[in-house]
Amino acid sequence: MSVDQNTVRHIARLARIAVRDDELPALAGELNTILDWVEQLGEVDTKGVEPMTSAVAMSMKMRDDVVTAGNLQKEVTENAPRAEDGFYVVPRVVE
Amino acid sequence: MTDLTKLTLAGARDALKKKEFTSLELTDAYLGAIEGAAALNAYVTVTGDEAREMAKASDLKLGKGQGGALEGLPLGIKDLFATKGVLTTACSHILDGFKPPYESQVTSNLWRDGAVMLGKLNNDEFAMGSSNETSFYGPVVNPWRRKGEETKIVPGGSSGGSSSAVAAKLCLAATATDTGGSIRQPAAFTGTVGIKPTYGRCSRWGIVAFASSLDQAGPIARDVRDAAIMLRSMAGYDDKDSTSVDRPVPDYEAALGQSLKGLRVGIPKEYRVDGMPAEIDALWQKGIDWLKAAGAEIVDVSLPHTKYALPTYYIVAPAECSSNLARYDGVRYGLRVEGKDITDMYEKTRAAGFGAEVRRRVLIGTYVLSAGYYDAYYLKAQQVRTLIARDFAEAYTKCDVLLTPTAPSAAFGIGEKTADPLSMYLNDVFTVTVNLAGLPGISVPAGLSSDGLPLGLQLIGKTFDEETLFRVAYALEEAAQFKAEPAVWWRA
Repeated sequence: MSVDQNTVRHIARLARIAVRDDELPALAGELNTILDWVEQLGEVDTKGVEPMTSAVAMSMKMRDDVVTAGNLQKEVTENAPRAEDGFYVVPRVVE
Repeated sequence: MTDLTKLTLAGARDALKKKEFTSLELTDAYLGAIEGAAALNAYVTVTGDEAREMAKASDLKLGKGQGGALEGLPLGIKDLFATKGVLTTACSHILDGFKPPYESQVTSNLWRDGAVMLGKLNNDEFAMGSSNETSFYGPVVNPWRRKGEETKIVPGGSSGGSSSAVAAKLCLAATATDTGGSIRQPAAFTGTVGIKPTYGRCSRWGIVAFASSLDQAGPIARDVRDAAIMLRSMAGYDDKDSTSVDRPVPDYEAALGQSLKGLRVGIPKEYRVDGMPAEIDALWQKGIDWLKAAGAEIVDVSLPHTKYALPTYYIVAPAECSSNLARYDGVRYGLRVEGKDITDMYEKTRAAGFGAEVRRRVLIGTYVLSAGYYDAYYLKAQQVRTLIARDFAEAYTKCDVLLTPTAPSAAFGIGEKTADPLSMYLNDVFTVTVNLAGLPGISVPAGLSSDGLPLGLQLIGKTFDEETLFRVAYALEEAAQFKAEPAVWWRA
């Protein structure tokens, strides 16, 4: 599988990264080099092999369903590039 | 007074207890050393005032004969660890100005035990790199140079600030993180000791996430004992990280000096890769001989899926990074570039905020996770990962620990590998398998290359058997007697 410039434009869009048209050829080349290289996994017979879901065998701990922190509106928004009255400010989303 | 920065962490700890000097004096010695080492670019933020306050508080405790395991000991902190009120950027432009309102669990543990923070250490942007050349704040320089040359050498990556700072004595020890080799390879490149513990041993809470199923914190230190002391404080269960493991943290220092009699050391034949320099192979053989002489039994083992580890990693890590880095959207923290609507704002912010390597990995990750490709790439990679873990499990029926080189070469020059991402990725060929299988691994300096740069040997252990790693690493250190130090050329 190899990616063309349109595919790069599409995945850049999915990743929400603006990419200029003049960057597309080089990016497609780089991505294809890496994708071609990972293709070698196709040689490995993985029929019936469970995909790894946890690096170390362990069972997930359960915790009580209670509030452990809260009322941190100031702390939560103080790093925002734009915030007002404890809310994040973004460009208009709904017309 | 002699130069206080020459002492190891253990040496400084013991001297502080005996009141030979104060933590403030020790801290000032380090702040002075940092000030004179701007040429290395190891620190991105120096917290001198805070360090002195922490040192004074430690001196009060030490004066009363109190204090924790790291009381009054000045450390450097990789910029990937969130530090409350102190700029934390993961060395990415996109986290401009971010001052976390919380402290990472690992650094909380260090402050609980009395350590002093000198500042934040440079790293590859979001820990994505093997040479510390992808940092927004510029490359870190290795204090080591090739014999008779002034070429700037990389300190390894991603924890290049940590390795450079420890090797140049700009801190007693440093925190680091390892997703594919980012503790062990920089340790090997700088003649320092670095351990990546078992996945789950240290809490990931408050560490800027790269690839969550692979990321683990660990120390870089001057010797095996110092690494053992550091890991004991860093490790431990944390209910804020559901993957942290609830089991007691042993006294790793107690494992040092124990006999290797009866220990079986596995030598994986697949780690003899094509094109590996003869001096790496020779060093490996030396390591085998040293451990044999120390009483260990050497066993040949096979890890047949080794060659698939890097391609597996370069699916799993970018996939997880593309997901983790989705949070950098210009809304909640860091950089924002305004746009004509919200999508335009996101796209412009992320285009301006991410460097070339991070962008490359986010795009790869987005692609392999996109509709129609998930099974072919991510699922396949996670299946191969199971096979890699099985290889290790099989090998550990025949041996207790594995010995390998840490990296396929000595450190290289700045700029020598940046044009070819693939050749950079190959640096992690011996370390990345360990992350994929969740195992602990340690790098110990074992010799010098023909051009005078440090080389490391890696020990790989069984899950949660860091004690055996420390025991064998200490024996290796004793045998190698690596005493070389870089000539101090950087001091301003």
